Amino acid sequence: MPDIQTVSGNRGLAIEEKLIFEQSSPGRIGVDLPEPPPVDLDRLGGLARKSPIGLPDLSEPQMVRHYTRLSQKNYGIDTGFYPLGSCTMKHNPRLSEKVARLPGLTDLHPFQPQSTVQGALEVIDTLAFWLKGLTGMPAIAMSPAAGAHGEWCGLMAIRACHEDRGQGHRRRVLVPESAHGTNPASAAMCGFTVDPVPATADGRVDVAALKAKLGDDVACIMVTNPNTCGLFETDILEIAGATHAAGAFFYCDGANYNAIVGRVKIADLGVDCMHINLHKTFSTPHGGGGPGAGPTVLSAELAPYAPLPFVVHDGDGLRLVEHAEQQAGAKPFGRVKGYHGQFGVFIRALAYILSMGADGMRQASTDAVLNANYLLAGLKDVLTASFDGPCMHECLFDDRFLKDTGVTTLDFAKMLIDEGFHPMTMYFPLVVHGALLMEPTETESRETLDGFIAVVRALAAKAKAGAADEFKAAPRLTPRRRLDETLAARTPVLRWKAGSNGAG
Amino acid sequence: MSDMRFTKDHEWIKVEGDTGTVGITDYAQHALGDLVFVELPEPGRGLKQGDECAVVESVKAASEVYAPASGSVLKANDALTGQPGLVNESPEAQAWFFTIALSDPAELSALMDRAAYDEYVKGLE
Repeated sequence: MPDIQTVSGNRGLAIEEKLIFEQSSPGRIGVDLPEPPPVDLDRLGGLARKSPIGLPDLSEPQMVRHYTRLSQKNYGIDTGFYPLGSCTMKHNPRLSEKVARLPGLTDLHPFQPQSTVQGALEVIDTLAFWLKGLTGMPAIAMSPAAGAHGEWCGLMAIRACHEDRGQGHRRRVLVPESAHGTNPASAAMCGFTVDPVPATADGRVDVAALKAKLGDDVACIMVTNPNTCGLFETDILEIAGATHAAGAFFYCDGANYNAIVGRVKIADLGVDCMHINLHKTFSTPHGGGGPGAGPTVLSAELAPYAPLPFVVHDGDGLRLVEHAEQQAGAKPFGRVKGYHGQFGVFIRALAYILSMGADGMRQASTDAVLNANYLLAGLKDVLTASFDGPCMHECLFDDRFLKDTGVTTLDFAKMLIDEGFHPMTMYFPLVVHGALLMEPTETESRETLDGFIAVVRALAAKAKAGAADEFKAAPRLTPRRRLDETLAARTPVLRWKAGSNGAG
Repeated sequence: MSDMRFTKDHEWIKVEGDTGTVGITDYAQHALGDLVFVELPEPGRGLKQGDECAVVESVKAASEVYAPASGSVLKANDALTGQPGLVNESPEAQAWFFTIALSDPAELSALMDRAAYDEYVKGLE
């Protein structure tokens, strides 16, 4: 079936769509515009365009079809199961979308007088109130635009605090080997040096190794909890205590906050700052549908260094502090983003929080952990689980179950695409070989999970039965088959040029 | 007799007089898969044994290369920047990463010889 060749290249309703530039027919136009008035080119001071602008010329129906067809090739959480580990691909409630489209919230301009946008400031302030309450942290920087941006913001606050205390020589950051790649990258962006901390055989931070690395030059540690193996760091209090005793701060990566929101107050873990991925834990679109948002909660020690702007209450209502001198005690390290943060995401996150309530969010994290353990239980006798015992919000397998089959983790993921599932996260975390990291979130029904488990079990059996060739050929049912990732990385074609890289 | 020495992190160093030539082993290139990017140290850079000195990136992962010995970088193999695939084709000959003026040749005695490295790799599989 899959190898039927059609004359057109189309495969039923899967249309072989050309690039929009290749569909251009010079002079074709979708709207009937009046002739422009004569332009006095002298008035452009020699800046008149000398060559055509190069935009494609198409009719309106061509345009509509083009973008509709492209959208049909997309796969998102609205299409199906998306078990991408460490990404928390949960459902985006339509209620949140509806609220975000209220005209009073969309028809705003960031330069409006503050007296006319008290409602918008209240959205920011109320969301800040909830995030501080859920984490138990006294302060928050709302403006970071995504998780890694929040990491960087937190690290900048740590750096500013150390420098303010005459501890500017503290430039080393301890990062576990299982960390998200953004952690060492953010630290390097801040001018810190990164010192990796090994993991123990049970997938957690090696506390003895961490303690041995602590010293007078350490600015902070960066720990994800639950970690990227889907495990709760059981020694977290000991880690926090040792870190503070060494004069360093504890940065917590909040990417996996969905496992514990409503159940664990971050402040109780000894955390000094943590970014919150609103687009993961609090259900706003991401994964190409973004943008994200990474508000960062701060301890009382770090609070004075929070970036501008922030919202404060005063006699006449809410006020946006845009300059350090407008607020007593503020020592902001600067500004991390234009305007006030990802306001559209704030609205969705707040709508989610208010519609769920504290009890609803507690149930969501509970169900997220339950679903991950359901996957783990349903798969661990055919795949190889990397660590013993129950997991948190995601379950981690490695490629030992594929040993001697000739099938790799990558091949396995490609086969899942033919089965209609978005693959899990592959080859991350790096602490296990050929990782397969699955995070179902609380969104998924038992029926979806059972369907996925049945497919993965069948594929594992197929791999063990010697179907390596079939795996190597996957995916076979997609608009494009297996891509040459090496060629794409070595000689990437990043833009269309007339005549040089067309469909041929 | 082979004058190549090996690290546990899968770098090799070949010594001629006070000069070492550094690269990554066949085992390393095989584990990484097709390389798509290589970043080499600038000539003149001082390195201590164990320092991060180069970066390799494959379709699967990015990884650091650590200096097998201390010294000062003499010359980088610029051919690798434009042709990272050479590391997959000829990891222990043509695809050398850089040469280094050794500051403490005695360090090399702590590294493995070919037989010991082969044995070490066998233990990893």
